[in-house]
Amino acid sequence: MDRKVNILVVDDEEIVRDSLSSWLIDDGYEVAAAENGTKALEIFPSREWDLCLVDLKMPGIDGIQLMEEFKRQVPDQLVIIMTAFATVDTAVKAMKEGAYDYMVKPFNPEDLSITIRKIIEHQKLVRENIFLRKELKKQYRLHDMISKNHKILEIFDLVRTVAKSNSTVLIQGESGTGKELLARAIHEESLRREAPFISVSCASLTETLLESELFGYEKGAFTGADSLKRGKLELAQDGTLFLDEIGDISLKLQMDLLRVLEQKEFRRVGGSGLITITSRILAATNRDLKKAIEEGKFRNDLFYRLNVISIHLPPLRERKEDVPLLVEHFIDRFNIEMDKKVEGVSDGAMRVLMEHDWPGNARELRNVIERAMVVAKDTRISEADISLPASRKEGTNGKSLGDIEKDHILRILVENRWNIIRSAQVLGIDRVTLYNKIKKYELKKEVGA
Amino acid sequence: MALEVTVKTAGDVPIPDHSFEAERNQYHSTKILKELVRGAPPDSLKVLGVIEKDLCIPILTFVYGEAQLNGIGALVSLARLRQEFYGAQPDDDIFRERLHKEALHELGHTFGLIHCSLVECLMYLSNTILDVDRKGRAFCRHCQRALNSKIEPGRVSKWTGR
Ligand SMILES: [Zn+2]
Ligand SMILES: [Zn+2]
Repeated sequence: MDRKVNILVVDDEEIVRDSLSSWLIDDGYEVAAAENGTKALEIFPSREWDLCLVDLKMPGIDGIQLMEEFKRQVPDQLVIIMTAFATVDTAVKAMKEGAYDYMVKPFNPEDLSITIRKIIEHQKLVRENIFLRKELKKQYRLHDMISKNHKILEIFDLVRTVAKSNSTVLIQGESGTGKELLARAIHEESLRREAPFISVSCASLTETLLESELFGYEKGAFTGADSLKRGKLELAQDGTLFLDEIGDISLKLQMDLLRVLEQKEFRRVGGSGLITITSRILAATNRDLKKAIEEGKFRNDLFYRLNVISIHLPPLRERKEDVPLLVEHFIDRFNIEMDKKVEGVSDGAMRVLMEHDWPGNARELRNVIERAMVVAKDTRISEADISLPASRKEGTNGKSLGDIEKDHILRILVENRWNIIRSAQVLGIDRVTLYNKIKKYELKKEVGA
Repeated sequence: MALEVTVKTAGDVPIPDHSFEAERNQYHSTKILKELVRGAPPDSLKVLGVIEKDLCIPILTFVYGEAQLNGIGALVSLARLRQEFYGAQPDDDIFRERLHKEALHELGHTFGLIHCSLVECLMYLSNTILDVDRKGRAFCRHCQRALNSKIEPGRVSKWTGR
């Protein structure tokens, strides 16, 4: 570093100014702090600031006004808005108005470090004049995925790099974390983008069905096979084949699949001619495959064949800073689909959304927003428009044993996309018992979930 | 030995009530540090507090410890240094190793050291337990030199928080 990095902290709370300043000083930065906008504007012209960390809600000049004034004086000024959970929606607006980023207090130490390191790199690039602000914002997106979480952003980078190769990719993550979206993104970023993207959900099919679904069959291969059918492997030629829920296929099919992947050839059911595979294989699962291997339910060799490149998508509860971005993203999308003019969510509604645990991840959030937009009477979604199952965070005080059982069963069902067999396994009860409990507690699958 | 000083173990120091952050179920490390320093024997060069509770500061979700840069007080929390915190089996060796690193790291701050960019150095900023485990048990040459220039003969008191 040629010179020390200068950071200006503006916050009306002394305790925040002090703790943030001393943390930054320990990390070797040059720091000044101001308790309000007026003081900040006095200090501002004295130095060239690499970064201003500005609290959103302050008496007098608020964070956004202050940012605007900074930018009037220094158009390229980098500003990060600091905010509490409750006002995070406004912070997203601040990003639209030119804030580089927003951070929700209290910060995760790792996020703070990474954000500042990113900014220093960014500054270096700006000085070398090869970076444009526009491109920086674009980094938050990868096709239909959006995130500001550093783990996901690293995944986006990885995807951009590996998309051009033909390597097999195994995507792991809970239901609703966007495994298929990521697979599509890999396809879209690859040279195969003009060829088909074919998706197969392995869990929904029986062994024989899956076999004919994947490999296709010749006319007369079995009773009822009255015409030739091409399998998904064949349809995906030159393109990408996405095997979703790969952890759910039988051991026999695992062996067939392994052979096909190794020999890069397959036969239609009842056929004799070998067909060479030219498609790229992507696979995904919400299961812990390492555990499945230990239990003898998944083949080790197939795992290593699929797991050439491994991507793990973190659950939404571990990247809550993405909730406001996703909310905005879904509102934009449903505004178009439903021909509505919803502008955002109220502070109260955002608080509820930030506090929820999201067992169903981004998909659950999308469904909640979709329903809220249907019922919302106003141009802003209010707390009343949001319907969520009881959150884990509420604790168990005052709940009956039945309530807890009901919540738990619902949670497991959502996590397993209402797959009864799997949910029953997780819960350690048989299917009939699970059906009876679903009836007893009147549990219902949410539309679209 | 990274620090050559006389060490005295003092008795328990009560944790100040006002340092408890009920909403976060954590303790405000700066407030404890202040009390620790206030109660330190007048002849101590540095005072190191060791506390079982999980620590935080208002702006960060947690801290492993805190120290006064160029001051006398340093504080280390044991909570996140234990394997149990991460759902693993207790391991005394790992735990001691981490405590050794974080205690010396915080004391390093009291001798005016700031964070070092070398991952293997004790003064490297640990944001995750992996960072703690990855770094070495000693200061890098640069930090050690800076430290030597600051150390004068004196005493370091070691206190234990309840
Ligand atoms: Zn430190
Ligand atoms: Zn060093």
